[in-house]
Amino acid sequence: MNHLTASVRWLASDTPATRTQARLGAVYRLLRRLLGHPIGVAGLVVVGFIALVALGAPLLPLADPAAQSLGERLLPPSAAHWLGTDTLGRDMLSRLVFGARPTLAIVLLVLLASVPAGLLIGAAAGLWGGWVDAVLMRLADVFMAFPRLILAIAVAATLATGLWTAVIAIALTGWPPYARVARAEVAAVRQAEFIQAARALGVSRLRLLLRHALPLCLPSAVVRAALDAPGIVLITSGLGFLGLGLPPPAPEWGAMVAEGRAIVFEAWWVSTLPGLLILALSLGFNFLGDALRDVVDPGVK
Amino acid sequence: MSAGEMAMQPQQPADIPVPVEPPPAVAAMPARAAWRRRARWLASTLLTVFITLAGLLLVTFLLGRVLPADPVLRVVGDRAPQELYDRVYREMGLHRPVAQQFALFVGDMVRGNFGKSLVTGNPIAEDILRYFPATFELATLAIVIGVLAGIPLGVLCAQHAGRLPDHLARVASLAGHSVPIFWLGIVGLLVFYANLGWVGGPGRLDVAYRYSVPEVTRLMLVDTLLAGEWEAFGNALSHIVLPATLLGLVALGYVTRMTRSFLLWQLRQDYTTVLRLKGLSESAILWRHALRNAAGPILAVIALTYAYLLEGAVLTETVFAWPGLGMYITDSLFAADIPAVLTATLLVGLIFMLVNIASELIQSALDPRTHRP
Amino acid sequence: MNTVATHTASQGGTPLLEIDNLRIAFDTPQGRTEAVRGVSLRMGRERLAVVGESGSGKSITFRSLLGLLPASASVSADRMRLEGQDLLGLDARAQRALRGRRIGMVVQDPRQGLDPLMTIGRQLAEMLRLHGKVPRQGVRQRVRDLLAEVHIREPERVADLYPHQVSGGMAQRAMLAMMLSAEPDLLIADEATSALDAVVRHHMLALIDEQVRLRGMGLILISHDLDLVARYADRVIVMYAGRVMEELSAGGMALAATHPYTRGLMACRPSLDHLGEALPVLERDPAWLN
Repeated sequence: MNHLTASVRWLASDTPATRTQARLGAVYRLLRRLLGHPIGVAGLVVVGFIALVALGAPLLPLADPAAQSLGERLLPPSAAHWLGTDTLGRDMLSRLVFGARPTLAIVLLVLLASVPAGLLIGAAAGLWGGWVDAVLMRLADVFMAFPRLILAIAVAATLATGLWTAVIAIALTGWPPYARVARAEVAAVRQAEFIQAARALGVSRLRLLLRHALPLCLPSAVVRAALDAPGIVLITSGLGFLGLGLPPPAPEWGAMVAEGRAIVFEAWWVSTLPGLLILALSLGFNFLGDALRDVVDPGVK
Repeated sequence: MSAGEMAMQPQQPADIPVPVEPPPAVAAMPARAAWRRRARWLASTLLTVFITLAGLLLVTFLLGRVLPADPVLRVVGDRAPQELYDRVYREMGLHRPVAQQFALFVGDMVRGNFGKSLVTGNPIAEDILRYFPATFELATLAIVIGVLAGIPLGVLCAQHAGRLPDHLARVASLAGHSVPIFWLGIVGLLVFYANLGWVGGPGRLDVAYRYSVPEVTRLMLVDTLLAGEWEAFGNALSHIVLPATLLGLVALGYVTRMTRSFLLWQLRQDYTTVLRLKGLSESAILWRHALRNAAGPILAVIALTYAYLLEGAVLTETVFAWPGLGMYITDSLFAADIPAVLTATLLVGLIFMLVNIASELIQSALDPRTHRP
Repeated sequence: MNTVATHTASQGGTPLLEIDNLRIAFDTPQGRTEAVRGVSLRMGRERLAVVGESGSGKSITFRSLLGLLPASASVSADRMRLEGQDLLGLDARAQRALRGRRIGMVVQDPRQGLDPLMTIGRQLAEMLRLHGKVPRQGVRQRVRDLLAEVHIREPERVADLYPHQVSGGMAQRAMLAMMLSAEPDLLIADEATSALDAVVRHHMLALIDEQVRLRGMGLILISHDLDLVARYADRVIVMYAGRVMEELSAGGMALAATHPYTRGLMACRPSLDHLGEALPVLERDPAWLN
């Protein structure tokens, strides 16, 4: 226990000795504040749980999600199949668990693509100002004017359906909000003394951008990413519902809802359960993002 | 006496005369300058509109002609004879340079020549005009429900900020953001139609009434009333109530939460302190002052939510067999009718843009700081 | 113990304001902090200036009279009375009844302090209607008269303007008119001139002085500017770290000040007589915190 208390004291110290200590201390304080929000904790738990289960799915004692068994079609939840079977006799529980993987993968890939790109573009716009700013922000306006789901449908319809088309389509319309936020933050401090001091020292604009301006935008970017994730989950499952997601027999929650639609009045579990999971994952992200927003910027509570 | 002269007077407390305030310099912005300001704003907005439109057209063009591996195959199918292929190839102008193709494409779009639908065989423009009202009716009814219920709820949350009703409403509104609309529709039909029988099922109207109502506006609720068919009206109502309420709940989620946020922000402004000093009650401050000041941002949220509902129509209409734009898109999708899908996409994008501009216009009209500088 | 005023300078009878041993503490995540530590004062219908640096607790002291402190504040006092009426333990509604009607307050930034979406005239009218001061000749006329009383020329025109369309000085006059319209007994001017230009500042204080004298009201001038308040007050209270350091009569302030803090404050002021000399820095004695 001594090590634990010593580490905690080191993290919480008011006088950090190194920059790393200060940064880690800030993260630690943030986490502590987050844990004080029951909604944030709930969100963290839900998302964490689903992520862990999805990661460890191949290791869990589950049935093969693709194994069809036409003799066991549409069985209600029972001891043999905890959540029943679907139209082709596949075990619902394992399909639901494996179905989390493509969804989470898409969320991760979209965020990895759109967030850094958006932040860089926005920070560059804020730092350079002038016509660079005007052009980049107009570009952001154009991309933001597109209805996300519909564009994703259009892209998926014209190009091949699959994981990567979905990622590209969603990321293409996803970066503008990050650019906006980054630009606002950077433009606000552009006149600040520390930026001017750095320039006076001869620091190149690129270095300014990467080492000084970008870190400012990170907290709100994290909040926005957490709040962006539910939208990505819903669009992904929407695409799956329309048959524009992964090709069968890959399990995907939206596609599963579509499969069960015709027989929903008789076998409610085939459609209802995947939808519940979509709701749970989105809700988890929304809770997390909402609590993070309160923690990072308690001004607007 | 001028201010300068006064400053040089001997400063004895009793001697400082209380000067009359000189007339305010309001006329400092002559009519011409105000005009110039407005013209500049208009030009800037038009530029954004133009660029956004160009962007939309470009994307649609790319998706339709440039990016797919072989757009001709998509039109004629895999087994078309070579001469048909060649004919369509020339018809689509694919032998021309890309820039020229784009110019022709834009020309077509502007003239409303979108091509023919593979599903219905009609010109796409005609199809869109026929199917759009159904989506419009659903989305509009939903937003009305969402706003009428959402704003008072948001005020309530702001009034009891931090206490139990606020927390409950917060969870409920977050749930509204998180629920997949298509799933909600399925579950809603399961519970309220199949099990409880409270509402009508999929479709806008029972088959029995379908031919007794002449199509005037194509808005079922309006048309049935215009025709005086009360039973049909009731039937139409029973069909629209479930999808509209479900969509309305989603809208309510956004509207309530944002109303609450904006109101709480207003309550932290200096003018609310002064209002308290005047002796106004908290609820008077909230309803009479904070709400009016927050009206602009709230309106922006309503516009965004409306656009979101239109987007969600694609999914909802499939579930409710609602013959609107969404269903047209999905049907065209399954028939691989890409031009139809893209045209409808373009239309929705356009509506998005118009809704946003309208909300910006209204906001600036409401704020005296913009129109009376 | 802090000095208690030796004269309650009023027109005989009950003093206008009595505060004994006021303590205000805030509950913060870091624990409980006392912002006001045993402040006592008495005043009649006179002009009292309260001077101190930021954080001395001068604003909070008087906002507590009106119940305008956040929920995390706890207020306690041996006595807190306005013309004999007890102010402690009033419920929210009773506290609200005081505001504007018995005690008016003018705050620092007038243009931020007015609702940006309502014309000045309408905001004054709201005040009149709220306190039942709707005269027979109509609200519009009364609003015009009120604006004229604070020497605003063309009051009809100003009444139709929005706060962002007028200058800071004019907005502050309108604010003053608004706060005086319900005919309170006491006016508190909390840094009312800090956001105004130097020349306008004097005009504003002269106006406040005139109005308060005309109506026989009490005036509390809260400020950090010693010179300003010396001119427009009868007595001065100097506050530091939540306590009253000294109480003086304004006229003889330069000579009578005995507390080292007060003397230090006065020595720090720049003066045209001592051009080119470095200003002395106030040495804070930790003993003053007790």
